Amino acid sequence: MASLSCVLRSGRNAAAVVLRREFHRSAPASVQVTVRDALNQAMDEELERDERVFLLGEEVAQYDGAYKISRGLWKKYGDARIIDTPITEMGFTGIAVGAAMAGLRPICEFMTFNFSMQAIDQVINSAAKTNYMSAGRQSVPIVFRGPNGASAGVGAQHSQCFAAWYGHCPGLKVVSPWSAEDARGLLKAAIRDDNPVVFLENELMYGVPFEMSEESLHKDFTIPFGKAKVERQGTHVTLVTHSRYVSFCLDAAAVLAKEGVECEVVNLRSIRPLDVETIEASVMKTNHLVTVEGGWPQFGVGAEICARVMEGPAFNYLDAPATRVTGVDVPMPYAKILEDNSLPQIKDIIFSIKKTLNI
Amino acid sequence: MLTNISTVLRTCVQRNGTAAVASARTYADFTQQASFEIKKCDVHKLDESPATEVVMTREEGLKYYRTMQTIRRMELKADQLYKQKIIRGFCHLYDGQEACAVGIEAGINLSDHLITAYRAHGYTLTRGGTVRQIMAELTGRRGGIAKGKGGSMHMYTKNFYGGNGIVGAQVPLGAGVALACKIQGNNELCVSLYGDGAANQGQIFEAYNMAALWKLPAIFICENNKYGMGTSVERSSASTDYYKRGDYIPGLRVDGMDLLCVREATKFAADHCRAGKGPILMELQTYRYHGHSMSDPGVSYRTRDEIQEVRSKSDPISMLKDRMLSNNMASVDELKEIDVSVRKEIEDAAQFATTDPEPPLEELCSHIFHNEPPMDVRGVNIWAKLKSSS
Repeated sequence: MASLSCVLRSGRNAAAVVLRREFHRSAPASVQVTVRDALNQAMDEELERDERVFLLGEEVAQYDGAYKISRGLWKKYGDARIIDTPITEMGFTGIAVGAAMAGLRPICEFMTFNFSMQAIDQVINSAAKTNYMSAGRQSVPIVFRGPNGASAGVGAQHSQCFAAWYGHCPGLKVVSPWSAEDARGLLKAAIRDDNPVVFLENELMYGVPFEMSEESLHKDFTIPFGKAKVERQGTHVTLVTHSRYVSFCLDAAAVLAKEGVECEVVNLRSIRPLDVETIEASVMKTNHLVTVEGGWPQFGVGAEICARVMEGPAFNYLDAPATRVTGVDVPMPYAKILEDNSLPQIKDIIFSIKKTLNI
Repeated sequence: MLTNISTVLRTCVQRNGTAAVASARTYADFTQQASFEIKKCDVHKLDESPATEVVMTREEGLKYYRTMQTIRRMELKADQLYKQKIIRGFCHLYDGQEACAVGIEAGINLSDHLITAYRAHGYTLTRGGTVRQIMAELTGRRGGIAKGKGGSMHMYTKNFYGGNGIVGAQVPLGAGVALACKIQGNNELCVSLYGDGAANQGQIFEAYNMAALWKLPAIFICENNKYGMGTSVERSSASTDYYKRGDYIPGLRVDGMDLLCVREATKFAADHCRAGKGPILMELQTYRYHGHSMSDPGVSYRTRDEIQEVRSKSDPISMLKDRMLSNNMASVDELKEIDVSVRKEIEDAAQFATTDPEPPLEELCSHIFHNEPPMDVRGVNIWAKLKSSS
């Protein structure tokens, strides 16, 4: 399977296929698209579809985006739709939220979600809560997007995962794409959503190509929030994960398959709302649960999943306690050996699975 | 407005038949408009300043009087209801500052936009809310302007973005609304208000920068009532020239107790924005009679003498009343009738606000999202199956 081979290339820069921007209008049977290009095309199409959509953030326009996600957009749409901001997150995030309140549909890019902490009051108090406080009078159709979580060698202040922080808050929708199809479908859905959406990308996935079906290349292709995807069917253990760690889980599953252990890999796609039904159905089938994430363990995504499984029908089907694989509970160190050992590796996932299965 | 006045006069007439001829004669005798000398504004980076001789019509005067009086009485009623524990939580009252809200609205259109912080009841009214809706929101009832979901600090109307509880956050929001106006090319502008306490917030300077850079149609207005909660301006700000704080943004310092000053300055500022010159700043020097909020008696950090002095020498409603009476633009009785009518409106609203039922429990989970099918919402435990109906 082509998708398996590209999955094994996860984390290392694969040769990205260069695509012409007109690509989306003539869709062949299936094609390889990097996550970066999927995001770029999705934004391009949505900018074209609705003139109220615009992108703002640091370096999004003339620099083509710090990570080149918005490459070519400024040239095509100009200053009115693609806006470079000064390095003032609290200010420009507030401005983006105000523009959304006044009828536009901004995409507010954070160069990384670490910088969103400077603006988190605007995301939570001004964006997330306003529809509720106003009893539906004032909606805030905005997307906050950018790379989230660890990168490679960028140190403690640039490596934090915010899935749990934003996933905590009612009034927000929080999604975490893995594949190019996820990126495209979830971003289109986010831009078309009338509510504040936090869109957590992953820098190390930007260059990874994925096969995309004809259906997924359609200009109205969207992925609904709150629906996880089973990326690999299995019978012995359920792995629940999101973002880059979907690749790691699939790799671990491939290794274990050789030993006769079949893992079911559930790609969450959506942090809030969380698709508990899919997780429960899977656990009721496999009787074992391991969650995998890059974020810190305490009060994290895995912690929430375990609590929910405890509270639901799947608990009675567990043959062993659910367990979590997470980032190590330390600020991210710089030295490669330390960094490598502060995040889950494939061997760590395999180890936890074997412990859970008692093999 | 004129129909109201004639109704009022007719009621006078019915009560005292012999006055019929007298009131008809008095009505025709009123000056229809007069010009007034107002204080010159201090300017920053401006070659011109707002006019110092302005015209006000009788009709305008009566409208301003009524609106300011409505705000005044509404806030005093809120004080009463709070002390009776019918209003709870935060309640930041606006009495003393009426000339700001009414003057600003007189200088812009309802199609323009406005955003302020938490001392927002006056603006909710001038921006189209009714006293009933405002009071019922304060008492947390289903007839409240936000159906009881928001409370004192979170009231919204068309083109009025609240009501914001986080000090300073409303200023970038307002700049964003101005950005939308510019992008949409609708010749509208956005007024963003903040206090002397908020004026030191970093995000305000971030908003100034982007507004100036992108020439946004934004009027930034600092309502300087001399105290940020219990901290006087001298104790909070290295520079108390708030109208200069925009640096490269031109500014005006305005007598915020004189509604005509505020109106004239706002018109000047609006013209500036609509001419595409970018943002402008206004500092309104004003005063609040109440403490910061209902939990602050307001006398530990300032003297009762100071409060009394402002009341007797600079009250905005008295100033307008004196102007109208001394220019024969209205009669004492006519203004008294307005007072009576306002009092009645407030009483009716308070009655509504205390008798309207609280929102139904089903409302707990509604309005989390906009345009969303009903969804499950987690309650206090897993057995509490709550559902939203967006």
